Amino acid sequence: MQKKYSWYSLLKAGFSGQDWDQAIPLVEPKSKYDVIIIGGGGHGLATAYYLAKECGITNVAVVEKGYIGGGNTGRNTTIIRSNYLRDEASSLYEHSMKLWEGLSEDLNFNVMFSQRGVYNLGHTLQDMRDIERRVNANVLNGVDAVVVDAKEIKEQIPIINTSKNARYPIMGSSFQARGGVARHDGVAWGFARAASILGVDIIQNCEVIDIEVEEGRVKGVKTTKGDIMADRVGCVSAGHSSVIAKMAGLRVPIESHPLQAFVSEAMKPILHTVVMSNAVHGYVSQSDKGDLVIGAGIDGYNSYAQRGSAKIVEHCAAAILELFPIFSRVRMNRQWGGIVDVCPDACPIISPTKVEGLYFNCGWGTGGFKATPGSGNVFAHTIAQDKQHELAEPFHIDRFTSGALIDEHGAAGVAH
Amino acid sequence: MFLIDCPYCKESRDQNEFSPAGEAFIARPQNPEDLSDAEWADYVFYRSNHKGDHWEQWVHTNGCRKYFLVKRSTISHEIIKVAAFGEVTSDSEL
Repeated sequence: MQKKYSWYSLLKAGFSGQDWDQAIPLVEPKSKYDVIIIGGGGHGLATAYYLAKECGITNVAVVEKGYIGGGNTGRNTTIIRSNYLRDEASSLYEHSMKLWEGLSEDLNFNVMFSQRGVYNLGHTLQDMRDIERRVNANVLNGVDAVVVDAKEIKEQIPIINTSKNARYPIMGSSFQARGGVARHDGVAWGFARAASILGVDIIQNCEVIDIEVEEGRVKGVKTTKGDIMADRVGCVSAGHSSVIAKMAGLRVPIESHPLQAFVSEAMKPILHTVVMSNAVHGYVSQSDKGDLVIGAGIDGYNSYAQRGSAKIVEHCAAAILELFPIFSRVRMNRQWGGIVDVCPDACPIISPTKVEGLYFNCGWGTGGFKATPGSGNVFAHTIAQDKQHELAEPFHIDRFTSGALIDEHGAAGVAH
Repeated sequence: MFLIDCPYCKESRDQNEFSPAGEAFIARPQNPEDLSDAEWADYVFYRSNHKGDHWEQWVHTNGCRKYFLVKRSTISHEIIKVAAFGEVTSDSEL
């Protein structure tokens, strides 16, 4: 396996018929590891990477039911920002943002992180008051944020509809210049490759069917590729967190919903930034490939089906056309759904459990992608030290019993 | 998208007319003063999130506006049974 990519390796491969080694080795599980991570999405792979890199635990297996980049990591709309209202949430997402800023170099893999800015639009006086409050909170927390008015938005994004005659006229927005997008499955591949190089086994097409618990301690997992033992198991299984929790006799305060997105055919560059609107509920950016990447909301019913209702797509398309009438003739190319794990307070659970040695990182709901490096980082430290990372402390599962919720629902830029 | 038989309207109508209203058979505690924090958390926040057949509540928002019970697969979205409140009283039929 090629240990390091560089301009020299690129040049060499260019002259030798692009003869690249396989980036991620295909491995079969050993019988025992120090740590098993259930779920090979971005968060799980990031956890394994930081366990190996920062915590010195390299005897780690990541067990993935499907293939790397085939779950929610490859299904989201790739938006990255850290402009959350609450101190606890903004610290966690800002931690993640700082890791994003050096990630391509750190992983030696281009994750195509592009800080093209994120606008969160306001359409009513109350929206604007909330935006000002959130921007002020961001600035106090050291997160870059400004309030911009409709005129400035129009100057920056000439194709946006700022007419006063719109059904929901744009009054202004918050703007985080450091926000942006990244290549989502590239993030999974980058973490997977970097973790493999450090000695982590990434086992694909291996579904966990049971968790072995003895006298309140985790012993290992049963999988479709046989039993694997470990004293510590981290569950990072997003929409299937309830299913995994049940295997260990636990419950999590999560419900799984379909979240949909769609992309258009590729076009010439027309939108250079990310635009989100909570009020009309849609968000859009243009990928480097040229397609518009559009995200919708969740369906209200529970589902594990990776597809949602047509009315959600229609509602979202209407919202995008309200903002960008110019897109009315754009043809859509693909549409899909992912299953998101929604917590009552729209904040994640990063926590030990009643079962010793078993940890959960779940409940990221509709907005987990932006947190990928930060989530993996704090979860790795939580597993390695058997003690919650400082930034993860407020996200203990006990907050649903104590009442110390982190009320980000509707308080963040949008629900995503 | 699926069709739902409203047990009150006695008609099979488009899902767009209906809104989901959470898991069924979550009864408000009869003895609120006696409940521990953990029991309250269980009532307020913890749901089965079952993968498979799931009893849930729906409301015919753009129709009769009444709530009713639906047993639906969360894997295939197939509706297995629809019932008015009282016709089914617990998830024992799951």
